[in-house]
Amino acid sequence: MAILETRDLTYTYSPDTPFEKTAVDHVSLKIEQGELIGVMGHTGSGKSTLIQHFNGLLRPTSGQILLDGKDIWENKNKIRDVRFQVGLVFQYPEYQIFEETVYKDIAFGPKNMGLDEDEIKRRVLATAADIGLSEELMERSPFELSGGQKRRVAIAGVMAMEPKVLILDEPTAGLDPAGRDLILSHIKAYHKRTGNTTLIVSHSMEDIASFADRILVMNKGKLFCFDETERVFSRAEEIAEIGLDVPQITRVFMELRRRGLDFGKEVYTVGYARDLILRELRERKGE
Amino acid sequence: MLKDITIGQYFPGNSVIHRLDPRFKIVITIIYIVMLFTGDSMACLAVGAVFTAMMLVLSGIKLKMYLKSIRPLMPFLVITALINLFLVSSGEVLWHWKFLKITSEGVNISVFMIVRIVLLIMGTSVLTYTTSPITLTDAIERLLSPLKKLRFPVHELAMMMSIALRFIPTLIEETDKIISAQKARGAEIDSGSFTTRARNLISILVPLFISSFRRADELATAMECRCYNGGEGRTRLRQLKSAPRDYIALAVTLLFLAGVITLKIIGI
Repeated sequence: MAILETRDLTYTYSPDTPFEKTAVDHVSLKIEQGELIGVMGHTGSGKSTLIQHFNGLLRPTSGQILLDGKDIWENKNKIRDVRFQVGLVFQYPEYQIFEETVYKDIAFGPKNMGLDEDEIKRRVLATAADIGLSEELMERSPFELSGGQKRRVAIAGVMAMEPKVLILDEPTAGLDPAGRDLILSHIKAYHKRTGNTTLIVSHSMEDIASFADRILVMNKGKLFCFDETERVFSRAEEIAEIGLDVPQITRVFMELRRRGLDFGKEVYTVGYARDLILRELRERKGE
Repeated sequence: MLKDITIGQYFPGNSVIHRLDPRFKIVITIIYIVMLFTGDSMACLAVGAVFTAMMLVLSGIKLKMYLKSIRPLMPFLVITALINLFLVSSGEVLWHWKFLKITSEGVNISVFMIVRIVLLIMGTSVLTYTTSPITLTDAIERLLSPLKKLRFPVHELAMMMSIALRFIPTLIEETDKIISAQKARGAEIDSGSFTTRARNLISILVPLFISSFRRADELATAMECRCYNGGEGRTRLRQLKSAPRDYIALAVTLLFLAGVITLKIIGI
């Protein structure tokens, strides 16, 4: 059974006014337990609206969202429990930090869950380790930290709730390449350790191509495609057409194909490209 | 939920009223208020009502929008009406029960007050509905410019007003985002007991204050980078120019005011 499922999910902003806009249009999809999924889409494609449905922040205009096979809106008063099971990290999450110490800020979510002090402490320290925040930072004020560290504190604040599904909206936005790689590697490590379903939203394929199991692409409120990474990349040209960044290496191979050198495979990481070219060269030498 | 706020809402358009010089619009609105408060008879109010109707039609904005502007002031209207209805004791008694009584004069006065306030709100809404906030502060700056001679910081005041207006939508959006982020961490904001809600308010206010200060800082730096140093010698992108139609509008308004004053003097 899918852990997260949507059926004909539709959401319309400001219905019955001149500003009416359908942001999510009849989206049906299934996400399996333990998957790592990349969510892509242009600004205004509806991806942010879609993910805010997964934890019940937005209520669908029509359609259903099922968590573990149960409609999350079945009991309106239980919607807070859904938010603990589906953790959502917003874009630029460091702007939500408010506590005096890093420890307290990470503990805010677990505290809202009503856990006891020992359990809270265990979770805070475990997630801090996961995301690469050392223990001596715990008693510091989060506002003294660097931008990248603040971002990690905010992400830890959601991870510490130990949600079954973790959704991160553009976790690397505005970071330098080193900060970006650091955060992504910590998220990867978290996913590997916990085996929890993880969704990473990004508008750049470069970020997620190398490790996502499946990629979901949104375009103009509709589900453009949702498939294994390699198959999605076989449609690289269409994806570039809807305004998304295709990895540079994929673009090089698209151009090579156009000029008559077809490797017959979709290429989206540099390492794979190198292997492919070396093999090709070896084969030609052998001839 | 915060998106429903309509303070200073502006509806772009190209009606006669939209095209009027904002300085004249402000002056006309002031004369209009004087007009409504000078008259103390139904006849005077009728003149005001005709003038209001004229403005509403000329503005080309749907009547529904004007009715919307009254809604938030409904409780105030009801209280005013009730106080007048029960506390005015002169005139013929129409109804009484124990110490409560309603007199004909009371009915007259409460109807009069309601009509006056409704006209006031609708008429002044014409100004904010047809003038963008930025143009409005521009016009205020120009109208107040004589005060500069008294060392009154007119330009600084206008600049502060435009910045404040400019940031209202930004802050609303920011607040919405922070609320969602804290809700995602299980903060109870629109449910839960009063004390938890109050405590959770801190989780919204602190980030909001911090980001406001950050924005203010960034804006100040950006302005300084562009050598902003106050109003001295600044020229404007959009020059305010008065056209014949502005004088015609002003003349019509003064004519209505004169009408109200005449009615008051003859005592109708």
